[in-house]
Amino acid sequence: MRIPILKLHEYLLITIQVEMDDQTALQFQEDLLNKIHDTGAKGVVIDLTSVDMIDSFIAKVLGDVVRMSKLMGAQVVLTGIQPAVAITLIDLGISMREVSTALDLEQGLDKLRLELEG
Amino acid sequence: MDIQSCVEVRNEWDIVSARQLGRNMAKELGFGNVDQARITTAISELARNIYLYAGKGKICIEPIDQLGKKGLRIIAIDNGPGIREIRKVMQDGYTTSGGLGAGLPGVKRLMDEFSIESTVDVGTEISATKWLR
Repeated sequence: MRIPILKLHEYLLITIQVEMDDQTALQFQEDLLNKIHDTGAKGVVIDLTSVDMIDSFIAKVLGDVVRMSKLMGAQVVLTGIQPAVAITLIDLGISMREVSTALDLEQGLDKLRLELEG
Repeated sequence: MDIQSCVEVRNEWDIVSARQLGRNMAKELGFGNVDQARITTAISELARNIYLYAGKGKICIEPIDQLGKKGLRIIAIDNGPGIREIRKVMQDGYTTSGGLGAGLPGVKRLMDEFSIESTVDVGTEISATKWLR
């Protein structure tokens, strides 16, 4: 299973709408880094509105891909984290402190624009 | 209501099956969104522990009804190496896998009741319960 990555001007948009198994998550990590490399994208929004569970493995993959993208020169914002997912992550002891987040896709793009231009 | 459903955990995809089973059962029993996420995540962590440390085992999920108090119990059983120092693995931040899996303290926080029995070279059995509020 592959998660589609869309290009919009200098940004990449991903909306995760599948139940992610480990392989899908790792494949996504690789695909995103390759896409950043190929397109020269400066900003990435990963929208998690449809994701109803993030366990420690998926959290680690997401946190890693944010740091990896940063190494390549692209900013990543995670958007749309559901209330139940936020509660569960904190219960688990995962704060994702260094990861940039926004309420929804629109605010995520605004945040990227500010970070990249300001 | 004593119908127990089990999923054998042998690979990464079984982790997904186990949590789907848990989510369906939690939904059926009437758990709200947040508790459904807690239960599903706890199952995912326990199934991953089995896959990482024991290689194989099973996750069983059962509805429970104790004097009208309803809930859901997750039982994770494996015949793996067992846990030598249970007190240590129940501490936050303790890991032998380099940070894969938030560990058992996380699962304990997600659920209402938690018990663990482990014998070195015999295996581990973890039971975790969430009550319907």
